[in-house]
Amino acid sequence: MATDLQKGGIADTKLAEEIAGLDALEAHLGTHPSRARQIWSAVWPKLAAIAIALFIWQAVVWSGWKDDYVLPGPDKVLPALVDLLGTGKFWTAVSITMRRAVTGYALALVIGSVIGLAVARVRLLRSAVGSLITGLQTMPSIAWFPLAILLFGLTERAIMFVVILGAAPSIANGLIAGVDHVPPLMVRAGRMIGAKGIGLYRHVILPASLPTYVAGLKQGWAFAWRSLMAGELLVIVANRPSIGDQLQFAREFSRSAQMLALMIVILVIGIVVDTIFGRADVTIRRRWGLIDPST
Amino acid sequence: MTLTAPPLSTLSTTTAISLRGVSKAFGHGGNAVVALDSISLDVARGEFVCLVGASGCGKSTSLNLIAGLDRPTVGEVTVQGRTALMFQEAALFPWLTVRDNVALPMRLAGKGKAERSRRAEELLESVHLGGQGGRRPHELSGGMRQRAALARALAQDVEILLMDEPFGALDAMTRDLLHDELEQVWSSTGVTIVFVTHNVREAARLSDRIVLLTSLPGKVADEFPVTIERPRRIDSPEVMGLAAAVTDRLRAEVRRHSDEPHGD
Repeated sequence: MATDLQKGGIADTKLAEEIAGLDALEAHLGTHPSRARQIWSAVWPKLAAIAIALFIWQAVVWSGWKDDYVLPGPDKVLPALVDLLGTGKFWTAVSITMRRAVTGYALALVIGSVIGLAVARVRLLRSAVGSLITGLQTMPSIAWFPLAILLFGLTERAIMFVVILGAAPSIANGLIAGVDHVPPLMVRAGRMIGAKGIGLYRHVILPASLPTYVAGLKQGWAFAWRSLMAGELLVIVANRPSIGDQLQFAREFSRSAQMLALMIVILVIGIVVDTIFGRADVTIRRRWGLIDPST
Repeated sequence: MTLTAPPLSTLSTTTAISLRGVSKAFGHGGNAVVALDSISLDVARGEFVCLVGASGCGKSTSLNLIAGLDRPTVGEVTVQGRTALMFQEAALFPWLTVRDNVALPMRLAGKGKAERSRRAEELLESVHLGGQGGRRPHELSGGMRQRAALARALAQDVEILLMDEPFGALDAMTRDLLHDELEQVWSSTGVTIVFVTHNVREAARLSDRIVLLTSLPGKVADEFPVTIERPRRIDSPEVMGLAAAVTDRLRAEVRRHSDEPHGD
C-alpha cells in the first residue's frame, strides 16, 4: 500500500478547508466552568446538609428526650472529637484500622477479579457458581463471624476472612456484569481490527466493562468497610487498638461523647473513600462521553 | 471456503475477490431463509465496487462472507489480501483517544511504539484529522468519527476495504465531503473497495461498477459499469442520469415482490 496519502493540488486544499470548516461547526467543544466554581458548587450543598443535621441533633438534645450523659449534643461531641484527634492512641487506632481495610480490600480485589473473570469467561463455571456469588453478596457479613472466630480465633485473620468474604462477591459480580454488558458492536469491531483471544479481553472486553466494574469496586468497598467495623467490635485483639474497639470501649466506659465522636470519624472515612470511587466513576464517564457536558 | 492462495489457473493476479456460485442460507429445513442464491462476482484489485439493492438482498451477508466472518452454505469465496470492515456506526472505542484507536490495530499486530504513533498521525492527516488525535471519540462529530474509523481500518495495512453503509447515518453535506475524502484515500492507496449502500446516487458518485442485487433470495440482477470521469459530483447530470437508470431497474425488481404474500 502506498504510504504517500497526501497528494497536492487545489482540489485537495479546498476539500481540506471544507472538511475543517464543517468539523469546526459540528464538533462538540464543551466549555468547562472554572475549577473554583466547580468545587464550590459541589461543596456548599454538603455544608448546608451538615449544618441542618447538626441543628436537628441539637434540637433533639434540647428537647430533653434523653439525659445529656446518654445523648450529648454537638456542643459536647465536637470538643470531644477535637480532643480525640490530639491523642496518639487515636491515630494508632486509625492506622491499624486503615491498614486492615486496605489489606483486606486489596485481597478481595484480587480474589474477586480473578473469580469474576473466570466466571464471565467459562460457561460451566457460570452455571455452577454464578448464582452462589450473588447469594454471598446478599449475606450479611456479620453472620460469618461465629465461623471466622471458630476457625481463626480472636485474630486479625478472622477479621480479614470476613472482610474478604464481604467485598469479593460484589467485585466479582461487578466484573461479570461488566463483561456481560459489553456492546456486541465493540466486540465485532475488536475482532475486525485483529483482536482475538486474550488480546480481545485485554484491549476490548475488559476496558469496555470498566464502568460497571468500578461500580462493583465501590460497592465492594462499602461491604468491606462495614465488615471491618463489625469485626473490630467483635474481635478485639490485645494491644492492637482500632477504631472499632475504641468505639466498644467508649460504650463500656459510658463515654458517650467520645463514642459519638468516633462514629463521626467512621462516617467521614467512609465518605472520603466513597468520594474517591465517585471521582473515578465520573472521570471514566466524562472520558467516554456518557455525561452531558452542560450538567 | 478457501481463504488461502488459490491455484493460479482459476484466478488471475489482478483479482482481489472472487465469489463462485455462493449461496448462503440461514436456519434449517422449511424455515431456512436463502439470503444469497448462487452469486458469482469478481472484483479486480484496486476496483471500487458498490453493491446496491433493496432490503433483504444480502448486501451485508456478502460483506460478512468476504470478510471471513461467515461461511457460505454452498460455493467458494476467494479473497486475496487483508480485509477490513467498516460499519454504519464508527464503533470507535470510547476508552481510547482517537490516536490510540487508530494505533490499536497496529498494536495488536505487534508493531513498535514509535512506528505506531508515527503511522497513526500520518493516517489521521490523510483523513483530515491531523491534530485531533488527542481527543476522545465522543468529542467528534459523526463525520469525524467515520473518518477516524476509516483511518483505523487503513491502519491494518488493508488491501480490501469492505464498507457496510458507512455514511448512512450522516447528513447530506457531511456525506458529500466524505465521498471526496474516500475517493482521495482510494486513489492514493490503491485499495480495493466493496461498498454496500441503498443510496443509488452515492453508488454512481463513487464506484467503478454498480452491482444490483435482487432481494430474497439475493442474486446479481444487473451490473452497471460507471465510466463517468473523476472527480465527480453527486449532483452532476451524468451521475444523476446513471442513478435514475439504476433506480428504474431497482424498482422493477422491487415490483416483482408485490404479488407475493407477506413473509412471516
